[in-house]
Amino acid sequence: MEHFTLSYTTTPRLQEGHLPRLCGVVASGNLEVLVEPLDAADLCLIEVNTSAPGFRVIWEALLSDFVERNQVGGVQISINDAGATPAVVGLRLDQALDAYRSGL
Amino acid sequence: MNINGLLDRLFGPGGHSINIGDNFLHGSAVMGDRQVAVIGTHEHAAIDTALALEVSASILRVIRDDLGRGCSPRPVIFMVDTQGQALSRHEELLCLNGYFAHVAQCVDLARRNGHRTISLIHGEAVSGGFLAFGLMADRVCALPEAQVRVMDLKAMSRITKIPYDRLVDLSADSPVFAPGAENYWRMGAVHEIWSAEADWRSCLGAALEIADAGDKRALLGLERGGRLHAAPIAQLVASA
Amino acid sequence: MTNVRPTSFFEATARGRVAKLVDAGSFREFCPPRLRRTSPHLARLNAPVAFDDGVAVGSATLEGYKILIAAQEGKFNGGAVGEVHGAKLVGLLDRGIRERPAAVLLLVDSGGVRLHEANAGLIAISEIMRGVLRTQAAGVPVFALVGGACGAFGGMGIVTRLCNEIIMSEEGRLGLSGPEVIETVKGVEEFDSRDRPLVWRVTGGKVRRALGEATYLVDDDIDSFRSVTAELLCRYGAKPLAVADIDEVTAEHARLAERAGRFATARDGREIFQASGFVDLDEVSLLPVAKFNQQLLEYI
Repeated sequence: MEHFTLSYTTTPRLQEGHLPRLCGVVASGNLEVLVEPLDAADLCLIEVNTSAPGFRVIWEALLSDFVERNQVGGVQISINDAGATPAVVGLRLDQALDAYRSGL
Repeated sequence: MNINGLLDRLFGPGGHSINIGDNFLHGSAVMGDRQVAVIGTHEHAAIDTALALEVSASILRVIRDDLGRGCSPRPVIFMVDTQGQALSRHEELLCLNGYFAHVAQCVDLARRNGHRTISLIHGEAVSGGFLAFGLMADRVCALPEAQVRVMDLKAMSRITKIPYDRLVDLSADSPVFAPGAENYWRMGAVHEIWSAEADWRSCLGAALEIADAGDKRALLGLERGGRLHAAPIAQLVASA
Repeated sequence: MTNVRPTSFFEATARGRVAKLVDAGSFREFCPPRLRRTSPHLARLNAPVAFDDGVAVGSATLEGYKILIAAQEGKFNGGAVGEVHGAKLVGLLDRGIRERPAAVLLLVDSGGVRLHEANAGLIAISEIMRGVLRTQAAGVPVFALVGGACGAFGGMGIVTRLCNEIIMSEEGRLGLSGPEVIETVKGVEEFDSRDRPLVWRVTGGKVRRALGEATYLVDDDIDSFRSVTAELLCRYGAKPLAVADIDEVTAEHARLAERAGRFATARDGREIFQASGFVDLDEVSLLPVAKFNQQLLEYI
């Protein structure tokens, strides 16, 4: 397993009062993404736990791209990954953030 | 130690009247001034529907007899020696898990009717066979030679793809997956392991005295350090 | 209002099943993922963990009835039971005794004990078994819903059979030992685990319904599971749950003994279907659920 946490400074969050949301399943080729509020309104923390070590560079590229494209200020994202492809990771992140924002 | 030797040691020669079949045994014994029922398996029995029906029929007979006589419900001693469930397409078709559930229900019915229940592991206690009645008793005791497990480490290594040597190493520090009565003791599922020199008759008597109808195994596992999370998490969910 | 497009129970995740089974938005989770009560044993073996350790438990309503509900995630470690996972189920059943919901629903999707924490899993299942019995003794029914890829096997197969009602889809399976285990130990002649139609003829929803092991057979559609569950909640709500006494358990014993005798040499569900009155045995596995149920009732 490989574990690392990435920290991004962002524009401050727009809304408060979101509830934690979980998307995805920890199965081979898949991952789960937990999105929660973070106290610091202009910070995004992303914690990655992956059973496929050695791809940190790819994760960093993918995640900084995700942070740039989305309003993720005041958000904490935690990932349990079991070898998902970047495409699946991107999909899950989008789903999780959507669910978090819409409260569904 | 053969089954007759064991019964003599537990109840004294002449202190038991037990029908011993190929892999099933049942009857009664005397402990001090009271009668106890004895039901169980030996010869590392593989439990199939037939054996499950024999065990449950015996339990039901004990309950009915005591209800009929209006006397104080007799304690039931379950002798446990099983290699686990019978592996057979026929048994699966019949839904063997349903027969195991029925045995468990019978043990529970005995408990609810006031019968104290003790399991004594005198051989193997494996997986589904252990779930059916052994693990359902109020109190589980193990003889020194008892072998308790879900699966042996070699098979576990094959299925989980974790190297055998790694499993052996890890099991030195943690009781959570490796075979062994001591591991089950630490985790709260075996209440006592008797020593070879002990007076097994008094051990059994003492076990009957302190046997408790409530299921406190998670707390016991916590106290003994073998299961640190079961009790707190069950508690959290029960009262969140 | 029912969904226009049916949602497959089989394909859905555990959380997806809960979301569509219960009244919209009514699910309140206990020990939720944000508490991160993951398995230390999996971590020690360098295996990935899940924030909910593979089972979501909580309270909800279904057609207004208060229920407690647990859903196992079959895609995570085969839905297998470990220390944390098992404790969540035990805690839920204990809560049922205190809160007296209309029922506790167990969405079982599990191969049984999680080998990575084998002893903890076995003990947990034993505690779940006692928990189901205790909850029933307190007057709260427990229903099992079986329709996922793992089915209900191992110790969870035993737990399922302790439940008051078992709702299965045709895709669901219920048994004790998986066909692969039997094939490995006893050989392919005994059980060819790759013969999928055979596997379903031995442990699938239809044969379980024909045997009476499953009390209801439904389509693979969350709405169908929901309707039958709602019916059961209504029926059980109308009168208090009778605790199994010696007469009831003796009657069950007689049924089980009679079945073992009647099918003493049976090795294939076809024999069960034949005894249930089906004539065209090759057709049975192709029958739509509604037709199967209708014909089964006609033959009884």
